[in-house]
Amino acid sequence: MANPLYRKHIISIPDFSREELELVVDTAGRLKHSPRNDLLKDKLIGSCFFEPSTRTRLSFETAVQRLGGNVIGFADGGNTSAKKGETLADSIKIIGSYTDAVVMRHPKEGAARLASQFSAVPVINGGDGSNQHPTQTLLDLFTIKETQGTLENLTVAFVGDLKYGRTVHSLTQALSQFNCRFYFVSPEALAMPDYICEELDEKGVQYTLVSSLDDVIPQVDILYMTRVQRERFDEAEFKKIQGKYVLRADMLANARTNLRVLHPLPRVDEIATDVDSTPHAYYFEQAKNGVYARQALLALVLNETV
Amino acid sequence: MQYTRTVEALKEGTVIDHLPAGQGMKILRLFKLAETGERVTVGLNLSSRHMGAKDIIKVENIALTEEQANELALFAPRATVNVIENFEVVKKHQLELPETIEGIFDCPNSNCISHGEPVKSFFYVKPTATDTKMKCKYCEKVFSKDIVAEVK
Ligand SMILES: [Zn+2]
Repeated sequence: MANPLYRKHIISIPDFSREELELVVDTAGRLKHSPRNDLLKDKLIGSCFFEPSTRTRLSFETAVQRLGGNVIGFADGGNTSAKKGETLADSIKIIGSYTDAVVMRHPKEGAARLASQFSAVPVINGGDGSNQHPTQTLLDLFTIKETQGTLENLTVAFVGDLKYGRTVHSLTQALSQFNCRFYFVSPEALAMPDYICEELDEKGVQYTLVSSLDDVIPQVDILYMTRVQRERFDEAEFKKIQGKYVLRADMLANARTNLRVLHPLPRVDEIATDVDSTPHAYYFEQAKNGVYARQALLALVLNETV
Repeated sequence: MQYTRTVEALKEGTVIDHLPAGQGMKILRLFKLAETGERVTVGLNLSSRHMGAKDIIKVENIALTEEQANELALFAPRATVNVIENFEVVKKHQLELPETIEGIFDCPNSNCISHGEPVKSFFYVKPTATDTKMKCKYCEKVFSKDIVAEVK
């Protein structure tokens, strides 16, 4: 029997069942420990970046090539037909007719969902505006499973910009399928949006809004840091919160031994570099895991069994 | 009794009655009833025994479908929609909030891909205790129904 993601579009985390999330995570783990260079043999993947994102693109293209596949595409959609007024629907129809799957990033929300309606081959969302970035969430889940041995019953603190951070929104949605509990640590102006909190309430997920990072560190298994962007505040406001959402090594003195610090990267100054050498730092391994999570997805979407 | 004098009886078509006063023009616009080319009669601020004031719309030769009637439920859950054939009511629609709405409203998110592409807008409708929420299928943003309905 084909795996449940075979020939499916990968658009948005809420589309995934718990079993499908676990399938991707477990497959990523297998591919990390036993690399396969044959799973995309003779497959051609479209890598369509209508908006540049070097990091995500390199991670995807590495994943394709490691699995023995080939890539065509573009890194900066600003130079392509979209500028000449071609609809995304038309672009994707054509690219889909050349390739076995399309990985795409686009500056507009909903672009991947729309593309999936016009593509004859699976579409994998590499980010659509401020909406979804499912492969980031899948690599986060894989990293959490890898460091904790489970996704279940964990306590996870999200720190920083919880309002605009789409990675944080998707990850809470995904983890809420695994009976995790959350701490949301942010300035009030960047608090978790109401609609996410309402969703969590509906699912009966436990969460606590807190303003102090120090208080939660001894309580949690995962500390998920994000960047608080200066541009979101005026100067006076920023002064007030500056430094409050920065993690330094000494703050981890009372942390559980299994605590791991994650960050979607790039970091600026929200994780001091002295954290890097603590056993809690895991963000660079997390970035590396992006390749395995993307390999897992591509392999599952393009092979009946993996 | 008053509207039989102000708005003449309909031979074929649909009567949308008991709209809250002030909603008539909005519904006319949203459902593009004026663009049908059919004769449309609108009564605004008519007196109503139950509602105080109400609006009413009569469209000739067009029978509103179940689906269209349900879309009306977003704005006027207590409206009545009667389909008329040969001066007789042949169908009284029971308004029920639809689960999805396609093509009536534009997505309020200006950065949503649904604008400028060959697709109809599409929302999932979810009633909550105090409001009705609409979630765009494309950008996945959730809006209060009043925000969606104000667009255009
Ligand atoms: Zn939208």
